[in-house]
Amino acid sequence: MPEVSFVESLRMTLREEMQKDPLVMLIGEDIGRYGGIFGVTKGLLEEFGPYRVRNTPISESAIIGSALGAAMTGIRTIAEIMYIDFTTCAMDQIVNQVAKIRYMSGGKMKIPLVIRTQCGGGRGNAAQHSQSLEALFFHIPGLKVVMPSTPYDARGLLKASIHDDNPVIFIEHKLLYATKGYVPEEEYIIPLGQAEIKKKGREVTIITFSYMVWKTLRAAQQLEKEGVDVEVVDLRTLYPLDLETILQSVRKTNRALIVHEGCRRNGIGAEIACRIQEEAFDYLDAPVERVAAMDVPIPYSEPLEKAVIPDEEDIIQGVKRVLSRN
Amino acid sequence: MKEDHQIWLELYRMMVKIRRFETLTGELFAAGKIPGFIHLSIGQEASSVGVCSTLRPEDYITTTHRGHGHVIAKGGDVKRMFAELMGRSTGYCKGKGGSMHIADFSLGILGANGVVAGGFPIIVGAGLSIKLRGTDQVAVCFFGDGASNRGPFHEALNMASIWKLPILFVCENNQFASTTSFHYSTSVKSVAQRSIAYGIPGRSVDGNDILEVREAALEAVERARKGEGPTLIENRTYRLRGHFEGDPQRYRTKEEVENFLEKDPIKRFQEFLKNEKILNEEMDRQIWQAIDSELTDAIRFAEKSPYPQPMEALRDLYAEDVDPLFQRSLA
Ligand SMILES: Cc1ncc(C[n+]2csc(CCOP(=O)(O)OP(=O)(O)O)c2C)c(N)n1
Ligand SMILES: [Mg+2]
Repeated sequence: MPEVSFVESLRMTLREEMQKDPLVMLIGEDIGRYGGIFGVTKGLLEEFGPYRVRNTPISESAIIGSALGAAMTGIRTIAEIMYIDFTTCAMDQIVNQVAKIRYMSGGKMKIPLVIRTQCGGGRGNAAQHSQSLEALFFHIPGLKVVMPSTPYDARGLLKASIHDDNPVIFIEHKLLYATKGYVPEEEYIIPLGQAEIKKKGREVTIITFSYMVWKTLRAAQQLEKEGVDVEVVDLRTLYPLDLETILQSVRKTNRALIVHEGCRRNGIGAEIACRIQEEAFDYLDAPVERVAAMDVPIPYSEPLEKAVIPDEEDIIQGVKRVLSRN
Repeated sequence: MKEDHQIWLELYRMMVKIRRFETLTGELFAAGKIPGFIHLSIGQEASSVGVCSTLRPEDYITTTHRGHGHVIAKGGDVKRMFAELMGRSTGYCKGKGGSMHIADFSLGILGANGVVAGGFPIIVGAGLSIKLRGTDQVAVCFFGDGASNRGPFHEALNMASIWKLPILFVCENNQFASTTSFHYSTSVKSVAQRSIAYGIPGRSVDGNDILEVREAALEAVERARKGEGPTLIENRTYRLRGHFEGDPQRYRTKEEVENFLEKDPIKRFQEFLKNEKILNEEMDRQIWQAIDSELTDAIRFAEKSPYPQPMEALRDLYAEDVDPLFQRSLA
């Protein structure tokens, strides 16, 4: 099969799952005839009809709440929230209902619910359309959080998320949609909770996910020219967190850097750094470092946005900081 | 010239100013001079101008992602608007906000909003503030038909009603919420009908007829100033451009859009003024020309303005002004 885009990879997966299971339903804004603002659901309304592809009014809270109700009553539901920024409009549903309802009922029910949403900056979309809010969801017990970086991973992880009987927040970075990559025709699943080493190396472990994987790989190339050999771990899922892969790598390199687009304070990096020092303190030759966005909302103007969101140069500097300590 | 006529000419001038501002903004966007995405209000000028012409400088408005027209009609400075759209430090928000976040508190503009229905609770708060301070200001919340399907609309109308707040809820029903049609997504035939559920007056008017809009707004403003509570006004209009610039608009036909060109609020008012002999060709030409020269100057100002320094990104977060480098060390 030729290379397919991230969008096509998601779409073929949704279609495949809908063809196989008549009780898979999609719900979200502009996902019908228009096919979603990034085109992920294009053609699905025509193929599966309006009962299985519910194009909604602008009603985030009711989208998530009703997706939960459908999931509780036997429908494998995939809800789409157009921008991760607007998941906050449904936060009561996500945090108080979706994440807890199984636990509160003493484990009586399954919640086969995926919330697909889109995140990230880099397009001048300003503070309410550019956020990276994964740390909010990562903080909430009861949710799984998935953030693929390639078309291949997107397909395998979306499949696993749909098959999962727990609520999964599936976050797609807006700059990934147009990226292309090899995606096999045949079905495959990437189990949630398995990181992947996207580049092998000896000197520093860089732990990252989503679009930052690409920036990190470019930084790694640059570093290689300067004679620095880094290993790049793509988490792929934040929860369940594949701590084993992280630790194995850190035990080998003895140095770790975490890179993410969400802001630094209380970001994913804080938890991972803590886990590394708890589990591999004796292996560390330097403090674990973080490269993350500045602790401000994403500004609109290009030079400001560029300053706030980490780029290849910031990652290179981060690696050098980690290497400079003995 | 009769007083009415002067007001009418002023309304016309303001609508033309918005039309030209939006058209030029579309051109700047197409030329790559404005980043991100922008939503234009072309075809909806009668709503902005009809309503804002009934307001005083100290009255409040909240607006939306499609808010340039409201800001201009409330007295916004086009220089600082263009500068903001181009991300310059001289812009309304020093380049931090962009198209969807323009605000000017000195003109009562409490801000555009990137979150659909974001303005409803804020306007209720402005209403509470007016009551508490005991002034006769009014507060106007502009919103789209799509926004009326979100919870904050319903919560805000109920609150404004029980507390008789001096508010105008002004719906610009342009028939679409992004790609989804009003009739598909809304349980009632008109947004104004929803006022019944909250015990407040609701009026649905031809939103492309500026005098009808203004008349409805005048009545609602008077009611609000007298302490009689909120009103819901629905301006029935049509969005002549895409949802955002670059929208392929597959959800409607060219013919549908062309039909609505006939109902263009500016064209209609222009014909009216000409029939009434208030406006002639020469005056009209001068109006458009004067506006274009003002806007051209404003664009020049914006283009000559500097971009903000990168470290400015760390400023303005908290009330205390922190030295950016210091703040970074805390980060
Ligand atoms: C809470 C929320 N959900 C979704 C969006 C994405 N979005 C931006 S504008 C828009 C349509 C708004 O329609 P309407 O309220 O009718 O205003 P119009 O664009 O027609 O002026 C949508 C869905 C958003 N900005 N905020
Ligand atoms: Mg609308």
